[in-house]
Amino acid sequence: MLNADQVKKDFPVLRNNKSLVYLDSTATALKPYRVIKKIDEYYKKYSANVFRGIYRISEKATKEFEDTRSIVSKFINAEHEEIIFTRNTTESLNLIAYSLGREVVGNGDNIVTSVMEHHSNFVPWQMLCFENGASLKVLDINENGLLQADRKVLNKVITRKTKIFALTCASNVLGTINPVKSIISDVRRINPNTIIVLDCAQYIPHSKIDVKEIGADFIAFSSHKMLGPTGVGVLWGKKSILEHMMPFQFGGEMIEQVSLQKTTFAKPPFKFEAGTPHIAGVIGLKEAVLYLQDVGFDKIKKHEEKIVKYFFKRIQEEFGNDVKVVGPKNSELRSPIFSFTFLNFHPHDIAQILDEENIAVRAGHHCAMPLHQRLSLIATTRASFYIYNTIEDVESLIQGLKRVKKVLR
Amino acid sequence: MSDTIYREIIIDHYKNPRNFGKIKNPDFKSEVSNPLCGDKIKMFINIEDDKIRDMKFMGCGCVISIATASILTEKLKAMKASEILRMSNDDALSMLEIKLSPNRQKCALLGFWAIKKAISGSHGVKK
Ligand SMILES: Cc1ncc(COP(=O)(O)O)c(C=O)c1O
Repeated sequence: MLNADQVKKDFPVLRNNKSLVYLDSTATALKPYRVIKKIDEYYKKYSANVFRGIYRISEKATKEFEDTRSIVSKFINAEHEEIIFTRNTTESLNLIAYSLGREVVGNGDNIVTSVMEHHSNFVPWQMLCFENGASLKVLDINENGLLQADRKVLNKVITRKTKIFALTCASNVLGTINPVKSIISDVRRINPNTIIVLDCAQYIPHSKIDVKEIGADFIAFSSHKMLGPTGVGVLWGKKSILEHMMPFQFGGEMIEQVSLQKTTFAKPPFKFEAGTPHIAGVIGLKEAVLYLQDVGFDKIKKHEEKIVKYFFKRIQEEFGNDVKVVGPKNSELRSPIFSFTFLNFHPHDIAQILDEENIAVRAGHHCAMPLHQRLSLIATTRASFYIYNTIEDVESLIQGLKRVKKVLR
Repeated sequence: MSDTIYREIIIDHYKNPRNFGKIKNPDFKSEVSNPLCGDKIKMFINIEDDKIRDMKFMGCGCVISIATASILTEKLKAMKASEILRMSNDDALSMLEIKLSPNRQKCALLGFWAIKKAISGSHGVKK
């Protein structure tokens, strides 16, 4: 069993803010000391630029940087050259929309996505459709917050003209985990040429992923949601596709040869990594991956299931129907991400009163306005839990919500 | 518990907002909203020779936006329209006497912006 009390000790933010109950890991996760130390190490010991230096500290920086690529590639069972470092999930998804999307999506084509997407896996496709005269088709959810994507639905939605299928592995609002593997195999059966893109930003912090097994063409995720530094994202893409894609940005690092007349580009992944990268951030991500692997995803899963069960039990006991949590109740179908309404209380007031108790939650639409429209809600309050959250943290939230009721009632 | 901004007086203004309601055929009216949280305030104002004759508001929103709109209508009713137009956001915030984080200041200023929008000839709708 994961010992969250022990895990807490690895996170300096929790040591420096003694009574803080941090329930906003879906926005960004806290960083363990090991990650922070690694960043510090780079800046103090070998803070040189990568790749071109013929001197020791640059070679050391390059090695650390490329080691990270190896570790990340093994982590998701990919090839070394298939890992592209970006700024975040948003940039990873935009990279696909610009470099590939604008080449392959034409007038009369369509892109399929879902109503539960974060704006970063929605707006890039919507814009691409506007620009290239394609249409955007949006998969719906049911009353339990589960994606409606059985074969019958997919047979209708996916057509010969479906160029891109973009779906989140896990919703940052509903907590829903989508059965992406079987959905992908259904999509492939209907149209083998559709490019399949997965937003794994909310999946990878909680579960192991194997890109060979899952069958997508691209996956995107952010370092900062998986205990790593901000400013670093990952795009994984199949080598065969990456090789034929146009670069995203032009400039340093991404070229092979430049002359007055023309430029040829480097091979993937460098073709897609123009300019000096966030070296310290990338190296820090390595430690985050190693830390997560040390904790172990089986343990993380079990711990989170315990939190989900306890959360629903206590919410029901204390508030009955006054608190309505969106998304599925079943702990196997969801992450410990709980967005809810509480009577007619405004999410801003709920979050503010909880903050007065030093409980950090988020209030708003969580960058998922189409989903909130679908749920006929303007905003929700979201409490999200991660490996350093304990059962006591759930209890603090319950007590905090009791005070909310006392103040606002 | 640290000091709360949800003091009794604030909650009271939220639950029993002063000057809540509508003026039929107002001289000026306005509507402002915050699309991020859906808060909305409608303001109705009658003015005679620069003097506020009546000021009422309607709306829905968080405690802070409703309570501060209520408090401000009480205070600003006693002022001249031209004085109100010269007021800055900071003036309004200091009148409210509550400590707010930058994120919540927008909520607290919603009513103030509605009042200003109504009486500034360029934006307000003169009936
Ligand atoms: C499901 C999902 N996708 C994408 C993103 C965007 O991540 P980033 O802001 O790191 O680009 C988020 C962030 O909240 C998310 O929850």
